[in-house]
Amino acid sequence: MARRVAGGRLQRREARSAYLFIAPWLIGFLVFTAGPMIASLWLSFTDYSLVGDTKPVGLVNYEQLVQDPKVATSLSNTFVYAALFVPLGTVVALALAMLLTKVGRASGFFRSVFYLPVMTPAVAAGAMFLLLLNGQRGLVNEVLGWVGITGPDWTTDPAWLKPSLALVSLWTVGGSIIIYLAALNNVPKQLYEAALLDGAGPVRRFVSITLPMISGALFFTVITHTIAAMQMFDQAYTMFYGPQQKATASDESLVYMVYLFQNGFQFFKMGFASAMAWVLFLIILVITVIQVRVGNRFVYYEGGSTR
Amino acid sequence: MGSMVAGRVMTLVLVCGMVGGCAGVGGSGGAAPSQGASGFSGKPSGTLRIMGFGGEDEVAQARVNAFKAAYTDVSVSNSKGEFDAQQFLTALASSNPPDLVYMDRNLIGTYAKKGAVQPLEACVSGQSINTSQYREAALKSVTLGGKLYGIPEFYVVTTNLVDGKSLAAAGLGAKDIQTKDWPALKATAGKLFKQDGNKIQRIGFDPKLPEMFPLWATANGATLIKDDGAPNLNDPKAVEALSYTVGLVNDQGGWTKFKSFRDAYDIFGEQNPLSAGTVVAFPMENWYVNVLRDFIPKGLQLDAAPFTDHEGKPISMVGGSAWAIPKGAKNPVAACAWAKTMTDTATWMTAAEARMAKVKKDKSFFTGLFTANKVADERIRSTYLTDAPDPGFKQAIESYYATLDTATALNPSPAGAEIDAAWKSAAARALAGQPAQQALDQAQKEAEAAFSKANGNG
Repeated sequence: MARRVAGGRLQRREARSAYLFIAPWLIGFLVFTAGPMIASLWLSFTDYSLVGDTKPVGLVNYEQLVQDPKVATSLSNTFVYAALFVPLGTVVALALAMLLTKVGRASGFFRSVFYLPVMTPAVAAGAMFLLLLNGQRGLVNEVLGWVGITGPDWTTDPAWLKPSLALVSLWTVGGSIIIYLAALNNVPKQLYEAALLDGAGPVRRFVSITLPMISGALFFTVITHTIAAMQMFDQAYTMFYGPQQKATASDESLVYMVYLFQNGFQFFKMGFASAMAWVLFLIILVITVIQVRVGNRFVYYEGGSTR
Repeated sequence: MGSMVAGRVMTLVLVCGMVGGCAGVGGSGGAAPSQGASGFSGKPSGTLRIMGFGGEDEVAQARVNAFKAAYTDVSVSNSKGEFDAQQFLTALASSNPPDLVYMDRNLIGTYAKKGAVQPLEACVSGQSINTSQYREAALKSVTLGGKLYGIPEFYVVTTNLVDGKSLAAAGLGAKDIQTKDWPALKATAGKLFKQDGNKIQRIGFDPKLPEMFPLWATANGATLIKDDGAPNLNDPKAVEALSYTVGLVNDQGGWTKFKSFRDAYDIFGEQNPLSAGTVVAFPMENWYVNVLRDFIPKGLQLDAAPFTDHEGKPISMVGGSAWAIPKGAKNPVAACAWAKTMTDTATWMTAAEARMAKVKKDKSFFTGLFTANKVADERIRSTYLTDAPDPGFKQAIESYYATLDTATALNPSPAGAEIDAAWKSAAARALAGQPAQQALDQAQKEAEAAFSKANGNG
C-alpha cells in the first residue's frame, strides 16, 4: 500500500516535470497556432477587412466562396499541381537517396549538397528558375535544343505553368532525400543477401525488400508533400504574381494560397480569406485522413504488425 | 498533425487573427475621420516613422536632408523598401501604423474608402501647403469624394522609345513609329519583327500589355473609370483597343513566345533591349532615359516618337506615388511637414541641384526631373535643362515634356484596387486567347460588384 502511494507520488512528480518540459511548446501552440485558428474561424463569419468596422455576416463568405469561379479555378490548379509534384517529388528524392547509398565516404558531402537548396530562399529560387525556364532564351531549352528537342514556353504557356511549378518545387526535395537515405540505411543487409542467394534481381529486390522496408518513410513524406503542395505559395507568387510580373499571369497559374493572399491583402477581404483558409484546412484534413486509412494497409511498421 | 497543418495554412491570417482581429473590430468604419487643423499644425518634433519609401538616389537624399535640416527636432525612422500592402495593413490592424506611407497614387482611392488613410484638408491648412503648385491630374488621382488623401510626388509619363539603329537598318524612320494610324503601326511592327524558326529575334513594336492597356484605351477615346469612380471597362472603345493590341502581340509570335522573349530582357544593363536590338520600339516611362544615358558610349542610338491619340495629339497616362497619412498616425504634424517639404518647389530645386552635381561628376547630361509640382518642374526645366548632346535623347526628353500638360490619370475609385486587378486580369486573359469583348465583360462584372460593395451596396 505504502509502495503504491509512493509510486503515485512519483508518477505525479514525473507528470509535472513532463508538462514543465513541454510547456514552451504548449504555450507557443496556444498563442501562435490555436489562438489564431480560433480567431480566424470567427473572422470567417465576419466582413473583417483589417481596417474599419467588423460585422458578423453569417455564412456569406462561405456562400461567396462557392459562387466565386476563381476559387474553383485556384483549387483545381492546386490539385493538379499536387498531383504532379507529390509523385514526382517522391520518385526524384528516392532516386537520389538510392544513389547516395552508393557513394560511400562522399555521402556526407552529397547529403549537404542536396540539402543546401532547402536553405535557399524560395523567392530567390523562383527568380532563378524564371530565367532557367525561359522558353525563348533559358538554359533548360538551350540544353534540350542540343539533343534536338524544342522545349516549351515553360513559364508563359498556360499548359506548362503547373508542370514548371512542379519542376521548380523539386529544388526543395533535399529534406525527403535525407529521410529516405536514413530509411534505406536501416534496411537489414541480410535481407538483400538472402534474396541474392535466392536469385532475386535488382528490380525484385527493390520491389520486395526496399519498398516495404522504407514504406514508413515513404508514407510520411507523401503526406507532408501533399500538405505542402496544397499550401504552395512562395514559388507561384514569385514566378507569376510578384511586382516584377506586372499582372501578366494567366489564371492557369493561380493557386489557392495566392488567391487567398490577394483577397486578404489586395482586396481587404480578410473575412473571405479566413473562410478560404478554413476550407483548405478541411480539404487537407480529409485528404490526410484518406491517405492514412489507405496508407496503413501498405506500411510496414518495424516492431509491430502490419495493420 | 492537424495543428501542424493549421499552423501552416493560417500563416497569413496569424498576425491579423491574434492581434489585428481584435484591434480592427469596433474601429471606425468608412473613411477615417479628419483631424482638425490643430492636429496638423505646430512645430514638428519627435520620431517620424515612414513606410514604403526607398529613397536611395541623390534626388531623394537631397530632399530627405532638406527636411532634416529644416526640422532638427524630428528623428526620421524609415523602414526602407517598396510599399508592401501586407506590412502596412497588419501594422494598421495592430494599432501600430507608421506616421506616413508612400504608395502608388492609384491605390489611394481604395485605402481612403476603407479608412486606412486620413483626409488631408487639415494637414494642408495646418502646414500651409500650397496645393495650387501641384499638377491637376496628380491631385485628381488622390482626391476621393471631394477630399484630398495624398500629397503627390513624382509625375511619371510615357512616350515611345525607339532603337534608332535597328529602325534605320530596316529602312524606316522615327516617323513610322506612330500611334495615330493603328493599321499603319501594325504594318510597321510586322516589318520590324524578326523570328528564326521557333525563336523570336526581335520584337518590332511592343504595346506593353497588360500594364499599358489604359494608355491604349484612352488613346482610343475610352474612359475606363468614370468621374464617380464607377468602372467602364467594357466600353466599346476599350474593347477595340484591347483587341488591337492583342493583335499586335499575336502578329509578333503570339503571347507565350512574346512574353518569354520579353521576360529575358536585361532592362538595366548593357544588353538592355534597345541597345541589344531585341525590341525596336515601345512606350516607356520617363525614368528610363536616365538609365539608357549610360549606354550611349556603348553604341546605343536612341530615338523617340510621341505616343498620340488618333488626332495626333500627344497623350500619356500619369503614374507616380503620393504621401498619405494613415489612420491612427501618432505624429501627424511631422508627417504633414514631411509631405510638404518633400514636394515643395524649394526642395525640388535642391534635388535638381543634387542631380546636376551627379550628372557633372559622371560627365553626363541632365534628362529632366518630372515632378507633380508644376511650378518646380518649370523652374527646373528653365534653370537646368539644356539641349541634350545626343539628338535621340533630346527628342525623347522633348516628347516627355510635351505630354506633361495633357497627361491624364485614371479617375480614383473606392474600388480602385479591384478595378485595377480586373482590367489587368482581363488583358492577361485576352492575351491568352479569350476574345477581348468577353474578357472585358467579365472584368466589368467583377469591377462593378467590387464598386457596388465599396459603396455599401453589396
